[in-house]
Formats: sequence, C-alpha cells, structure tokens
Amino acid sequence: MVGVFKGKPFGLYRPEYEHAACGVGVVANTKGVSSHDIVERGIEVLVNLAHRGAAGADPETGDGAGILMQMPDSFFRSDAAGLGFDLPALHEYAVGMTFLPRDDAGRTQCENLVEATVASEGQRFLGWRDVPVDPSAIGYVARDCQPTIRQFFVGKGEGITDESAFDRKLYVIRKIIENAVGTADLKEPDEFYICSLSPKVMVYKGLLMAYQVKDFYKDLANPALTSSFALVHSRFSTNTLGSWKLAHPYRYIVHNGEINTVRGNTNWMIAREKSMSSPEFGDDLQKLFPVIPPSQSDTASLDNAYELMLHTGRPLHHVMMSLMPEATGERVQMSQEKRDFYEYHACMMEPWDGPALVAFTDGTRIGAVLDRNGLRPFRYIVTDDDMLVMASETGVVETDPSKVLYRQRIYPGRMFLLDPERGGIVDDETIKHELSAAQPYGEWLKQNMVYLRDLADAGGHHEQMDRSELVDLQQAFGYTQEDLRLLLEPMALNGVEPTGSMGNDVPLAVLSDKPQPLFRYFKQMFAQVSNPPLDGIREELVTSVDVRLGAQQNIFDETPQHARQLKLDGPLLTDEELAKVKALDVDGIKPVTLSTLFRVDTDEGEIERAMEALCADVDEALANGASIIVLSDRGVDALHAPIPSLLATAGIHHHLVRNGTRTKVGLVVESGEPRETPHLAALIGYGANAVNPYLAFQTLGQLVDDDIFPASIDFKTAQKNYIKASYKGLVKVTAKMGISTVHSYHGAQIFEAVGLSQRLVDKYFTWTPSRIGGIDIDVIEDDARKWHGDAFPEADVPANPDLPSGGFYQWRSDGEYHMWNPDTVAKLQYAAQMNDVTSYRAFAELANTYEQRAATIRGLLSFTGGNDPVDITEVEPASEIVKRFATGAISLGSISREAHESLAIAMNRIGARSNSGEGGEDYHRYVPDANGDRRVSTIKQVASGRFGVTTNYLVNATDLQIKMAQGAKPGEGGQLPGHKVDKYIGWVRHSTPGVELISPPPHHDIYSIEDLAQLIHDLKNVNSDARIHVKLVAEVGVGTIAAGVSKAHGDVVLISGDTGGTGASPESSIKYAGLPWELGLAEAQQVLVANDLRGRIVVQTDGQIKTGRDVAIALMLGADEVGIATASLVTQGCIMLRKCHLNTCSVGIATQDPELRQRFAGDPQHLINYFMFVAEDLREIMASLGFRTVAEMIGRADKLTTAEAVSHWKKTRGIDLTPMLAVADVPDTVARHNVTTQDHGLEKALDQQLIQRSQQALARKIPTEFSLPINNSNRTVGAMLSGRIAKQYGEEGLPFDTIQVNFNGSAGQSFAAFLAKGVNFHLEGDSNDYFGKGMSGGRIVVVPPKEAKYVPEENVIIGNVALYGATGGEVFIRGLGGERFGVRNSGALAVIEGIGDHGCEYMTNGRVVVLGDVGRNFAAGMSGGLAYVLDEAGHFESLCNQEMVDLESVVNADDIHELRGLIQKHLKYTGSANAKRVLDDWDQMLPKFVKVYPRDYRRVVDAQKRANQEFATSG
Amino acid sequence: MGKITGFVDFNREPPERRPVSQRLQDYQEIYGPWPEEAVRDQGARCMNCALPFCHRGCPLGNLIPDWNDLVYKGRWKEALAALHTTNNFPEFTGRICPAPCEASCVLAINEQPVTIEYIEKAISDKGYDEGWTTPNPPSKRTGKKVAVIGSGPSGLAAADQLNRAGHTVTVFERNEYIGGLLTLGIPDFKLDKQVIERRVDLMRAEGIDFQTSTNVGEDFPATDLLDSYDSVCLTGGSTIPRRLGVEGEELDGVHVAMDYLTQQNRVNRGQTSLASDRIDAAGKTVVVLGGGDTGADCLGTAHRQGAEVIYQYELLSEPPKERPTTNPWPYWPLILRTSSAHEEGGIRDYSILTKSFSGSNGKLETLHAVRIEWEREESGRMNMKEIPGTEFDVQVDLVFLALGFLHPQHEGMLEQLGVDLDPRGNVRADDNKMTSVPGVFTAGDMTRGQSLVVWAIAEGREAAHCIDKYLMGSSNLPSVNLRMFA
Repeated sequence: MVGVFKGKPFGLYRPEYEHAACGVGVVANTKGVSSHDIVERGIEVLVNLAHRGAAGADPETGDGAGILMQMPDSFFRSDAAGLGFDLPALHEYAVGMTFLPRDDAGRTQCENLVEATVASEGQRFLGWRDVPVDPSAIGYVARDCQPTIRQFFVGKGEGITDESAFDRKLYVIRKIIENAVGTADLKEPDEFYICSLSPKVMVYKGLLMAYQVKDFYKDLANPALTSSFALVHSRFSTNTLGSWKLAHPYRYIVHNGEINTVRGNTNWMIAREKSMSSPEFGDDLQKLFPVIPPSQSDTASLDNAYELMLHTGRPLHHVMMSLMPEATGERVQMSQEKRDFYEYHACMMEPWDGPALVAFTDGTRIGAVLDRNGLRPFRYIVTDDDMLVMASETGVVETDPSKVLYRQRIYPGRMFLLDPERGGIVDDETIKHELSAAQPYGEWLKQNMVYLRDLADAGGHHEQMDRSELVDLQQAFGYTQEDLRLLLEPMALNGVEPTGSMGNDVPLAVLSDKPQPLFRYFKQMFAQVSNPPLDGIREELVTSVDVRLGAQQNIFDETPQHARQLKLDGPLLTDEELAKVKALDVDGIKPVTLSTLFRVDTDEGEIERAMEALCADVDEALANGASIIVLSDRGVDALHAPIPSLLATAGIHHHLVRNGTRTKVGLVVESGEPRETPHLAALIGYGANAVNPYLAFQTLGQLVDDDIFPASIDFKTAQKNYIKASYKGLVKVTAKMGISTVHSYHGAQIFEAVGLSQRLVDKYFTWTPSRIGGIDIDVIEDDARKWHGDAFPEADVPANPDLPSGGFYQWRSDGEYHMWNPDTVAKLQYAAQMNDVTSYRAFAELANTYEQRAATIRGLLSFTGGNDPVDITEVEPASEIVKRFATGAISLGSISREAHESLAIAMNRIGARSNSGEGGEDYHRYVPDANGDRRVSTIKQVASGRFGVTTNYLVNATDLQIKMAQGAKPGEGGQLPGHKVDKYIGWVRHSTPGVELISPPPHHDIYSIEDLAQLIHDLKNVNSDARIHVKLVAEVGVGTIAAGVSKAHGDVVLISGDTGGTGASPESSIKYAGLPWELGLAEAQQVLVANDLRGRIVVQTDGQIKTGRDVAIALMLGADEVGIATASLVTQGCIMLRKCHLNTCSVGIATQDPELRQRFAGDPQHLINYFMFVAEDLREIMASLGFRTVAEMIGRADKLTTAEAVSHWKKTRGIDLTPMLAVADVPDTVARHNVTTQDHGLEKALDQQLIQRSQQALARKIPTEFSLPINNSNRTVGAMLSGRIAKQYGEEGLPFDTIQVNFNGSAGQSFAAFLAKGVNFHLEGDSNDYFGKGMSGGRIVVVPPKEAKYVPEENVIIGNVALYGATGGEVFIRGLGGERFGVRNSGALAVIEGIGDHGCEYMTNGRVVVLGDVGRNFAAGMSGGLAYVLDEAGHFESLCNQEMVDLESVVNADDIHELRGLIQKHLKYTGSANAKRVLDDWDQMLPKFVKVYPRDYRRVVDAQKRANQEFATSG
Repeated sequence: MGKITGFVDFNREPPERRPVSQRLQDYQEIYGPWPEEAVRDQGARCMNCALPFCHRGCPLGNLIPDWNDLVYKGRWKEALAALHTTNNFPEFTGRICPAPCEASCVLAINEQPVTIEYIEKAISDKGYDEGWTTPNPPSKRTGKKVAVIGSGPSGLAAADQLNRAGHTVTVFERNEYIGGLLTLGIPDFKLDKQVIERRVDLMRAEGIDFQTSTNVGEDFPATDLLDSYDSVCLTGGSTIPRRLGVEGEELDGVHVAMDYLTQQNRVNRGQTSLASDRIDAAGKTVVVLGGGDTGADCLGTAHRQGAEVIYQYELLSEPPKERPTTNPWPYWPLILRTSSAHEEGGIRDYSILTKSFSGSNGKLETLHAVRIEWEREESGRMNMKEIPGTEFDVQVDLVFLALGFLHPQHEGMLEQLGVDLDPRGNVRADDNKMTSVPGVFTAGDMTRGQSLVVWAIAEGREAAHCIDKYLMGSSNLPSVNLRMFA
C-alpha cells in the first residue's frame, strides 16, 4: 500500500536521489572495557535523539535505527543465544547478521548461496541462528515488509594465518554473495542483505523507531550482551519506502550528512578498479568488484570505500584522512608535513565532499571526523569513570555533572580517535602528525610532482587572428553578439560574471527553434534541505580550484611514483600554458593531442562515427603510454567542423571509465566552444581536468583591439580578469551543490539533462538523469552543421558577416523566443488596466500558443476528453478560486514600498495571499488602513538572511514560508546592494542604511532534513495559527525532499520552477540551474501520494504561470495552489527592463530611488482584474473537462496527454512525457490532494507550562519568576511564550524583566528562539544548536552546573549557530560556543568566552564580545555591528577574515565604556571568573582587545558623524 | 552597458529646427546640424531595455538599444554597421518616419521618449560624412536575374537586399527619377533629394541596373519579364488617390495633393512646367482636406509658395493632446501631432465634412461644409452626424485633396500579369510574398495598401528574403516580421 515504489523508479521518481540525515551517537569505554551498560546507554542515546528521526504515514514506522557494537562473544557463548554448535575462539569466527527474503523458497536459495560461498572460499560454515524479534513492537508498515532475520556463523578456515586475512576473506565472501544474489532469480532480491559479517563487529538495525530497537531485538536486552562501544544511528529519510536495509549503521560507519560528490566518487572508484592490485588479495581482488554497487545511498557508498581502504592495510584514521581531507587552501594554516600528506593523497583519490559527521571503527578503535565546513554538530563528554558519550546533541545520556571531566566538540575538518590500546583519546594533532610522518610524502612530492607554473616557456603566445577568420570560427562555434556584449565584455572588464534580474523565459533548449550549444541541455543541480550549499565567497578558505593531470597509481600502494602528476593552479589554461603542457617531456607524464573535428563532406551520422574513431585513437594513445590527452578542435575550416566539446569530453571520459582506464590519463580540452562558466563547469563535471578556451581568448583580443575597454585593460589583463571571473563562477557552481573543491567536482556530473534521449545519455553521459527523453545525436549534428554552414556557406552564397543577435538574455526580434515579449506585455497590461477581457484573451492566446509552439513543457500537453462537460454555472466561483492564488516572494528592498504594498492590498481584497519576501515588514502595515484596505503581507518569508524576522513579524502572518531555494538562483544566497538600502529599508531589515546586505546561501540552521523539521517546529511554536511553508526548487529528487517536508510536518510545500524571477542573480544561474516546475511538481505529487503523505500537506507551485491553462495544468499535475509573480508585477507596470539589480527601474517598481518611485503607476485593482480573468479562464477549462471544483481536479494527470505537436518536429520527436503523467496506483483511501492538517505535537511543548505559569505576567505585566528542569528533548523553549507576547503586545513587548525562568539541565535545540522582550532565561547546564535563534529582545544567561569541576571557559556549553538572525536582546555565556556564533546577528548583544569558526559571519548589527579564542574565518561577510575580541595569544589577526572589516585597538571612549559595561554585566549575570580577571586588571587587559570594525559600517557611521558636526557648527 | 542613469540625468533634447522665417524662404531641410555631444547624451537616455519595445515597434526591427549604446560610447562606426543590418536606408527613415519606435519607447510610459529617429539620422549622416558608407558589391554572383518594378522604398530595399545576396537586379521605374514617392511625393524640406541620389549612386555602384522612364505594361508587355528574369518583384505602390465624390470636385482649383507635391518637387529639380499647369498658392486662400502627413506636406509647400491663408480640415474629431487612458502605451498614440509644417502656420479645424464645391466659369470659388459630431455605436463603430445649423462656406482659391490612396493601378502591368487582387484591390500575396503568379512577388503599398516608408522597406526586405529562398532553396538574407505590433 504505502511505499508502492519499493525503491524502484516510477514516473519521475528515482531511488538514488533518496536522502537521509539523522542523529548519531557514540558511547564507549575509553579503556576498552566491555559491559552491557554501554549497550544500554547507546540505546538511551538513540531514544534521546528520537526527534532527529522521522516517521512516515504510519506513525509507528520509523525511517530506521540501529546499533553497531563489538562482537558480543560472551553472549553467543551463553545459553541465552541458543546456538546448536560450538564456537571457535574470539576472532576466529565471524557472525553474519542477515536479512533474508520472507518467502521460503527465496530464503532457502539465499541460505544455500551463503553456505556454499563460505565453503567454496575455504572457510567453515558453522550454522544459523534465528534472531529473536518481537514484531508487535514495530509499526505495521515495517512489519509488512520485515525480512527474516538470521545470523550465520563462519569459522576461520585452514591456511588463514592472521585475523586480518580472515577479515579480508570475509569481505570477499560477502561481495561474492552480494553479486550472486544480484543475478539470482529471486522474487524479492532486495530483501536479502548482510548487515555485517565480521569477526569483530555486529550490527542490529531495521526499519524501526529509535525507541523500538531494544524491544524488537530481544538480544539487546540480554545482560550477557556486552560491548566496549556502541555506535548508534537514528535515521530521518526524505522518504519512506519500507526498506530495512537502508537503515544505519552500515558495517563500519555511522554518518550524519550527505556526500554531495557521491556520483563522481563512485565513477572514479569504477575507473580505478582495473588499476588495483594487491598481493594480499591476489586473485580475490576481482571478486570485490564493483567495490561500490550501483543504486546505493551515499553513506553505503562511503562505507564501501572505507571498507576497501581499510583492507589495504591502512589504519582507520589514515583511511578517513584520505577520504575526507581537511581544507588545505593557502589561507588555511597547517604544518607542511600535513599539507604534504594531503597533497600526496590527493594524487590517489578525490575528496568525498559534503556535510558529514562520520564515526567509524575497525572493531577496536573508534574515530570520528567532521567535514571541512563543520556543518554537523558533534558534542562529547568524558567522565571520570572512563565513559565517552558523543552525539549530535549534548544531554543525550543522563550524567552526573560532577563526574564530567570535560565537555567538547569536534572542530571542522578535525578528527578524534579513541584507541583503548593507547589508553584513551588521541587528539587530532597527534594522529595527523604520526600519519604525516609515516612516509616521506614531502620528499616524494618534491621529486615527482610537476608544477605548471614552474615549467619553461614553450611558445603559444597570444597572436590575434585575422578578423574574418575569427568571425568564421565564432560562427562555427555558435557565438552570438550577446556572448561578446553581455558575457565576455563584463567578465574581462570587471572580473565578475554578469548579473541579471527577473526570470528565465526562453524555451528549453530542446524546444528552441535555434541551434543550441549542447551545454544548454544540462541543468546544474543544487543543494536543498538535505545538504546545504556553501558560501564560496565568504567561506573561500574551504574552497579550491586546483587540479591535477596525469595517471593515478594503485590504491593499495604508496610509492614515490604516485606523486608523479602535473599540478595546475586551476582548470583554465591559457594558450601559453597549454603549450607548456603539450611540450612536457618527463618520465611518467606524456601528453598526446587528438583532434575532435569531423568532416562535413559526409553523410549524416558522421559525429557518431568520428566519436568511435576518437575512442579508438584514445585507446591507442593510452597503449603507447600517454598520460595526458588533449582533445583539440583546432583547425576548423570549410571541410572540418567541431564535435561539440561536451559530447567529445563526456564521451571519451565514459569510454575510459567503462574500460577502467580513466585514472591512467588526464583529459585536457582545447576548444573554441566553451566561453562562459556553465560551459566550463559542464566540461569539468563530465571529466575534463583542464580546459583551454582558445576562441574565448581570441574574442577577448578582438574586444581589446576594438577599444571596447579602457586603456588600462590590455589583452593580458582582459584574459586575467576573464579567468578570475570564470573561477569565481566555477566555485559558485560547485558551492551551490555544497562541494568545496574542483577536484571533487571533477567528473561528479552534478547535472540533470532535460531533452536528451536515453540512448544518447547512456552512451555519452552515462548515469545522468534525463527523465523526459529528447534529442539524439542526429540533432546535435544538425546544429553543428548549421553553425558550420553559417561560417562556411556553400559555394554561391555570400557569408553573413555578422554574428546572430542571440536574444537569449535580451529579447530581439530575430533572436530566441521569450514568453515575455512586447506583445504579451502590452496585451496583459491593457487587459489589467482597462479590465478588458478581450485583451486578456488575446494575451492568453499568445501565451498559450507560443508556449505550445516553443517554450515550456506544459506547452507540450493537452487536455484529454472523457468526462462530460458541465455547465459553467456549476463550477466553483472565481471568488473562491482566487483564494488559491498568491503573488511571489518579492522583498521590500528588491521592489519599492509602493509596489510591495499594492500587491498586498490587492491580495487582501480578494482573500488571496501576498508574500513579504525576505526583507522584513514595517509593522505599521499590520494595522488596517482607514478605508479598510490591509497592507500586511499574509505570507511572511523566512529566508537565510532572516532580515527583520522578529517575533512580531512572525505572528502577523497566516503563512510562514521557509525559502530553501529560489528558482532564479537555487543554492545561492543574495545581496542587496548598499544603494538599495535606504533609511526605511534599513529600519525594516534591522540593518544600517547604505550597508550592503548578504543573504547566505544556506540557512545556517538547516543543514539537513531534521534541521528543517526543527525550524518548522520553531515557527509553529511562535505562531501556531500559521501554515508553515517550505519553498523548494524543482530538480531531480525534489519529490523525495517534498516527502521529507511532509514528514517534517510542513503544512505547505512549494515547488518552484526554474523560471522564477529575481532582483539580482548571476545570469548563469538564471539560465542553467533548476528545472521546470512541471517536472518537480509531478514528481512531488507522485512520491507524496505513493507514500500516503499527500493528504496532510498543501502543494503549491509557481514559475511563469500566466493563464488559466497554466493553472489548470498545475492543478492536474498535483498543485493545490499556485503563485503568480512576474505577471502580477507586469500588471503593476513592470516592462521587464531586467534592471532590478541596478536600482534604475524606470516605472518605480524595482527601485528605491525616491524620484523613480514616484513614477509607480500600479493599482491593486489592475492585479485583481487580471487574477479574476485567470480564474474565469480556468473555470471555462474546468467546465469543459467536467470538473466542478478545483479539489476534484488536483492530481488528475490522467486527464492530460502529450500534444500532437510533440511528434511533428524533429527536435521534440524523442520527448516522452509519460513518466510525468504517471499516476501512482494507490487505494482510494489515499488522498491525492490536501485533506487534513499536520500534527505538530505542540501540546507536548514545555512552553505550555511556561505560559501557564506566566498568566499573571501575560495578563497584567506582573513580574513572575519560576524554575523548571530541562532536557534535550525540550526543544524551542520560549518561542511559544514569545509568540503569545507578540500577539498581545506587538512590537513593544513586555517591560524588561517581567518573566524570569530558571532552567536546570541540557536544553534542546533552538533554546530561547525568538525570545521576546521582557523574558529572561537563566540556564544552568548546557545547550544545543540554534541557541537564541531570532531572539527579539529577551535575555539569556548560561552557566555551567554548580557541581561541575571543569574550568568553564575551556569547555563547550552551547552548540553551533547561536543567535542566528537575532534582532535584539542580550546573551551572557560562561563557557565556549561552537561554529558560527552570532551568524547574521542584527541586533543582539552577546558576551561569550570563546567560539569556533566563522564567528559573527554576515553580522549586520549588534555587539559581540569574545573573552577568549575564536576559530577561523571570523567576521566573514560582516557588514555591520561591532565585535570585541580578547586576543591574549596575539593570533587573532590570522583568524579573522578581513575582506570587509578593519581591526583596531579599543581607544575610543564610547567603545571602552560600552565594552566594559558589557563585561561587567557578564560578571554580574554569570559570575564568570574570566570576566572578573579582565575587569580586575582592566588597564592591562584593554590593550589586548581588538575591535572588529566593518568598513561599510564605518563609512556610514563616519558620514553620520560628519553630518552631525555640520549640523552642530551651522546650527 | 550604457549610462545606467542616463534617462534621469538628461532630458529629451532633439536637434533644433531652423527658424520658421528662414526656412519658409527655401526648400532646404528644416534641421540644422546636431553636435556630437548632444547626440551622445541623447543616446545615453536609452535604458537598454531587456524587452526593447522600440525594436518591436519598429517594423524593421531596428536594433535601437544596440546603436543608442554605441553612440553613447562613441563607437559610431559600429553603430552604423548595426543600423545597416536591419535598415537599408536609415537616412530616409531618420528623416521622414513617424517613429513608431519612439511611441513604444519604454521611457515614453512616463517621460519623453529617446530621440531615436534623430539619432538614426545622425548615425547615417555621419556614415556618409566620414566616408564609411561606401559601395560594397557582393563578392559572388549567383547568376540569377531579378526584375524589381517600382523604385519606391520597398522596391529599393528589395533590390538592395537581392543584390547583396548576389543576384543580378534590374529596377524599372516609370518616372524619370528613382525613388517613387520619396523623390516625387515628399517635399524637399523633409527629405533633401541629394540624400536619395547618393544612396542610388551607391546601389548603382554595387551593380544594380536602374531603368527609369520605363513603364512596364505600357512600354513593353509585363509578361515579357517572366521570360527574361528568374523572378519579378512588384513594388509599384498604391497610386490611385481617394477622392471626395462631391459636387464641384471637378472645378479648376481642386487638386489631388500628390499632383501638387510632385510638381513642386520637379520644379525644385530644375524642371519648368507650363504656366497654365503650374499650381501656385502664392497669395491665395488654400484649403487642405485631410489631416495626415500628406496634408501637412501640402501645408508646408503652400506656405513656401506664399499662400495668403491656409486651412486644413479634418473629418475626424480633434485628437487629444496626450494619451487618453483608453489608448495606453505602447500602442500607437492617437494624439494631436504638430509637424514642422504646422509650426509654420495654417489653421487646423476638425470634424468638418465637405459637402460640395462651387464656383463660376469652371473655377473654384467656394467650399461648402458642415460640422459633424461622432457617436459611438454599441458595436464600437463610430458614426458621424451632421450638426444642424453649422453649415458654412469658405471662399477659396485652391483645394488639395490629401485623402489617401485606394489601391494600385490595375490597368497595364497588373492586368497583363493576371495577379490576384484582394478585396481592397491590392495585390494578393501569400505568406512568402509571392503573388498568384509563380515567381512573381510583391511588396510595399502595392500589396499592403498605403502605409509608411518604414513598412515599405520592411516589405521589400522580406520579399527579398522570400525571393532569395525561392531562387536558392534557402536564404541568408534576414526575414522580417511583418505583423503589426499590438
């Protein structure tokens, strides 16, 4: 019933895009002493992390939970185990914990296979044991698919000498069995799974809720079952598909996070299999392949890689250091030996990149590592009775505070090793020093690594081509005038990618009637929800663009020869650099150049033939020892045309991967085609190590010769700027997927293709999702020949001397079609302004027919008959229908106050919804106008910048929308330039006027799905009346994310299309990222319905919806509601200038210029007129299809069909929309549209008690004080109370100190979130992540327990990401904080005694005092407020990111007064010994403080001062 | 690109016209020189819209934002190249186009539009002044021969395009001058005939053969063309004038505007006409019937001849001075336009229906008219109603009928070729500009009905594209969207 897909592709759903995140915990005895207590405590951790897991439609069925422990040898020897056979000595036997098919035949077949394999591999099969389980302890969904669970026992065979050889053999046996099951004829092959097979470790896991683990597996309750450690895991998958085997832990690791590069890592593993050799494995090695089986989760794949590497003989921490290296960029300080270690290992393997917290074991030792960004929390304590407790949260095991030796956390990129043999915990530095010194890595590198920048000049100097030759080449490679004018020119001039605004409204490449660069069929994928994107600008230190060229060596070895590679500073090669590469002549590095041209005097099909020949050439070159292959399309002439560079690159790359020779060679692409960042990204993503875009360079030369640039920009400078812009753009592309390095982006193919046939994809772009089919290679060849024909026309036809206009960015009559063109805009404006239905119809006609001809997927659909039409009078009235409409999220700031309020008034008049966007809102708008109009935006957006997100803002809304991504720039943040931040905007956003505002790419409180659940919970607490939305952007896998949102109790999920508008975004993002909403919406509907998660959530969609027909299709594909943004603005006068980012909107919409704002001529009525037309238009369609209500129509994709037009035209002939129109086969009881609401469980909140006990204070402002215990399951404490205060007292809040609450214990996540003015929290104990989130005026004090014996200022007391988006209030913390303390603070005052990396990031206002150490990258993106850091060690300067701030002494009297006052308060509230020390010796200490002063802020403050002075002197 | 705030920083400032007193003394163009800095500032006002409505408003699809920006940046030569990619004769349209581009300029929503037309003229004039506009004959000849009949703007545009594509083109013109209405219909003070001559010289130098004073269908049978040429393009214009059809129209002194204007143009070019044929307004009372551009041309000409008093009567009611809300941007504004001729004098009056003329000895003396009012029917149709008691007479010496044209001349060429006509009497063309006779194409007013020069050029370009495709199978010549904006 539910989970009908069973992990198989259906419709648009692809199982490989499942995501999971979770709670992770480790409990261990630091001396290696086993006990049952460890197991019990492990389970306690699991239960206390329950809120990090999730359940699906069946509340009793979890997403999975489990425990990984040592081999419980004594248990198996006890009577309780009931074995019917004798066990060999410990470590001489292994246990295979196995899921077997439920059907007897299948089970027997699998069991026979297991027994036979053990025997054939020379080991002794000892017997089976039925694992005692209690199915009544679990949910019905889990029970329905519960496998048979048995353990098999293997005794060490003859001839196996040592333990590691036995372990290796067991690995081989498991791989043989897995491969055999994969090909066996089984009814349910997926039910077979070996959880663990090892002489050292055991895994108990399943499709369980955390609390069910112990009840289900009866073994776990047995006191004889002991272990010295327990690794536990509670899973929150974005989807539930009834799978037991997807539960964690895997065989050796537990993981919280997401490996973003897993596709590439898997490919590279396949590619290196042929080059592996191992004397230990010998011939057994072949049996291991594939090392990473297909269609697994990222964690399972990482586990596989870890396992293989572990069997190479490397110690566990060595393995993890090479799989997940630290950031090693130039800005990172680290020892040379460690740098060498990483550099050397990078020659062998690319990083497994992504947010990750991994705990791993080899059966004896336990390690843990955090990704380089530190995007997952991992807190730990060690007690005086040798217990280690590590978990995603603090407070997961009840501990006597007096026994705690220390409370710590793992730092980004750092490692932790518990080695009982060495007596306990070994710190990061020690381990890494030992490993780095184990081999002379530095020496090896010095002798072998070749650095491009060291190579001698080899010619290739820039020579400008003859103009006509240049134009011929530009034509042959499909250049347009826009490439010169809008792309290359600004890149060469400013060193940045061009910016644009408003959305993309040109056809998909497959629907365009113009020849298209192949790149345009590839859409960049991006991180949303289950993994965060990065900020490649503000967090540049974790990024790197360097690349390597040359052969990789055997992964089982470490030799000097491994380092024999050519290292480049980045993947772009100038002509001079390429010449150096081609001229290389050293032992072990041999370049060969091969041509990628094809002859045009040939029959159709020549490109395919040429590719085959090229593959053969490459193989031959490899056979002759080439280690660098240059794929070159130099030499285009009348007879020779280029194979599209992406086709050649990806084709060769996959050919080599298939042949297992890819790691033997580096690929360099020398091509005239690539010219913009997305081209570069696609080439690298599909295998190019380096690219020489020679024609782009020639074109720059042309621009220089034409005096386009100021004289200061000669060719060299233009080229340098262009390369700089390209790298910035490339980092942006990788960062939007959360990938830090080009090295791991390389070959990771983070793309979805739209409009390519499966045949083409399978052959050249293997494993790329392409879900609606499309063109084959013949169309690619047509386009290539067409361009070549433009450059070299047939005999009698004179060539056109001009490049085509393009019209891709700006509409031109001979260019690419735009849905918004002068005709459609004019018709719509006339219709809206004149309330003229004829003009609306003309508009709709144009919009619909042009869509059908050219632009969108919905244009390829038509309605099928079937139902009898009904009379239109029977159809739901338009006044009801419009309530399902909303305008878009457009911030005040991106548009003017006039325009923003006009939209709001219009929506409020008709009961539809307007959206505040991410810019806060003037609270005066919460009060109705005299004429009854309401200017409040009923949807309030909560975006990553959290601008103006106060408690009062949140309670004045019917909908709270969490913006995870935006169609125009998914995976990216935003910037509001200083010139758009006038006084009013600054006031509304709680920032300083004139100072640029940065929205980070990720929400810093959402790094995973369970974090999203947490934010949903936070917002629901503040405003329980509001629907909580999650805005997503369509991409492959968005359906599973939507399911996750439903499970996370989101009330609404919005699937945005890639075509949505923006106030400012890089052009490459507008054009190359995200998918049409049709695909995303259909996928979401399919997955939600199949998992019975649809009924409890509302689905919305948006993206260039314009007409009743668009709305009808959206509804039928599964939307309950739609958003219409761009068209709404057009009715208000927008004429698509696309200048929003320049503040020069000539119609007063997207501008803050007071003079221009006066030109605003919009009127709410115009928008209402238009919405009514759309609703009436929809009603006509409904009537014709026989739907009386919208509800009946939702999800009726079966009433849609592919329009006839699809098959008429060569390009669209291959398109197959059936997967999009597939409807899951579920019983009628399963809802297909929204029918009910989510259960948010608010009644369980601790705030119910707070509110209860604050009645007097709430009603009559009477001061109230009380105390309460608290634990980590008490989440979001204070938010509901604060919401109540805001609803009652508005912006004003309660008087200071009205409510005082004293807590004792470990506070859960989001402690004191949105704490309102008048509320004080005093916490004795510690606290988790998202502390003080959105604080709006309250006060928080945190102190360690009185009994604690440790030194407070050396121990971690609060979690990561504190004070995110706080707008006011005070915080005093006696102890250390985690990463990103004060991120996006816009008003809170805080004193703390030490913090982690990225402190005060993006801060715009407020004060932060740190009485101790800070981590790296302090003050990145900080544009306002001040920080004072006590720098006693004198190394603060090296830890501070000074791009935007100045560092100075505290000398100004006001500053001194302020600083001292804050420290005095800190002492008063916390009793901090540290504060006392500082104050006692104030004169000596003051000079040790550094004032961190944002330059933007200084500029504004200085201007203010000058103005005041002028006033003073003139007055 | 461009100056981002140009539209705020600068006001619309078109070039200055010569003083009325001075220009009435001659037939020279009314505009003086325009300093380069002024042009640059005006170019800076262009907002480089992503949706350039001007570019759509212009029938030719002129790349207006592109060349405005280039002018602003001082890159005149490239501006000229950009201008020529869509417009064969910017020096004509830069002078006499009513500039639908400016009507649809985005700035015109709430500001004065960019001076697009003047910038166009400045660019094209500079091209000649600097010697950049030079003959550029095709590098290859296709060996195909095309005859173009009629040398008005659409014929010239077709010929120019076809020649570029390498075809061998002959243009037949029945008058003694090349240029059609450009040369003979439009007064010199709007378009100096030197401007046409230098363009025709250029085209001749590029290899186009011009046959003047050759009336196809009269001098030789039109069907001969079908034998001698691979393709034929009919661009003879809409030449049959609309008349009033009232009593007294035949009186001496009532003239069709075009007879009047062409005569003056011929005189300006040194031709002498018989005193008895000469239509001279000096010292006379003149009534121009028709409120359009041709009417204004009569007005300007009559003023230069020294008319005593001139009335211009329009049947329709007086248009508003500014756009009414019912006629919003970017649609063509139906507003009161004051041309240079109106600046020079004359009395404009509206809602006047001419009932008849009277006179003695066959000579016009009086125009009898009545005032009317317009009423909107429910269907939206406008109906006129005479207002009782408003009848009036005007003592008049000359009346010019500037009432437009009906359709092309049917006798002769068209009848001989046997091309199909549409219900309005224009030559019917299919989507590929081909008439009912295979290989015979048509463009301009002859098929479209009377229209603007810019439409004529657009038509000619599109016909050339279609002919080229017809002859070669495919065409590199650009195709033009002939659908009217909005």
